[in-house]
Amino acid sequence: MTTDTAPVRYIERTRAYYRALGYAKDYVWASHADVPFAPLRKPVADCRIGLVTTASAGDPAVHGPGHVRQVWSGPVAPPPRELFTANLAWDKESTHTRDRESFLPIETVSALVSEGRVGGLAAHFHGVPTEYSQRKTLDDDAPQVLRRLRDDGADAAILCPL
Amino acid sequence: MSLVARYLEENGLPTVVIGSALDVVEHCGVPRFVFTDFPLGNPCGPPDRRDIQHAVVSRALQLLGEATAPRTTVRLPFAWHDPAWRGRYGRVDPAAREALLKEGEQRRARFAAMKGPAKP
Repeated sequence: MTTDTAPVRYIERTRAYYRALGYAKDYVWASHADVPFAPLRKPVADCRIGLVTTASAGDPAVHGPGHVRQVWSGPVAPPPRELFTANLAWDKESTHTRDRESFLPIETVSALVSEGRVGGLAAHFHGVPTEYSQRKTLDDDAPQVLRRLRDDGADAAILCPL
Repeated sequence: MSLVARYLEENGLPTVVIGSALDVVEHCGVPRFVFTDFPLGNPCGPPDRRDIQHAVVSRALQLLGEATAPRTTVRLPFAWHDPAWRGRYGRVDPAAREALLKEGEQRRARFAAMKGPAKP
């Protein structure tokens, strides 16, 4: 066990782990020299915020064989009690995901709306599958997320990958 | 998720990522990033810690408004209650090497059956 406080180097660790599993080829993580930037056009206190997660819908029936991983949405009112996260890579030894607010902060944003810190919360949150294929994420999933955020009148989005 | 952030920004929608994998998110490059140094799974704060969750999301909203350039990362000072967490995720225990190789073989067989590649 390491006792230092430096951020964990996940790229290195994942590479070592998959080599230990016997994979011959390392995963190539996305890397970009240029980063786009869209300035916020009005004060946060006037903005409607959309939430995006990597979790899946809570209904285990939709995760069975033949299930197509795709963008999905759910209402923020009432908020979902739990979401399905077992298929994602997170630290299942150190923590748990039974508190949905710890990764999809619907009630927290709602509280900030009540405090006047932010204009509003969009009517739906959106789930985006984590894909091996970066092309699928960019060509299929990201445009879906954008369309759904715009349909709800979101001015900006908070993205919370597990 | 970082790729989604980039796509949304390219299309004029401002974003902020709240995440705990500093190297992965910064390697990809995103416009605004709130880094929380927690085990993967609870980027917005430890379970049932509404005070920390409120502070994290509040800081993310603030960053939405104050960032003036891409690759703006804010590191939050909150620490996980158990310092031993850093060593756990994805560790390769030398004593478990054979078991890991076997698990890898099973995974490859499953994925081959599905005709899809494996996801790290």
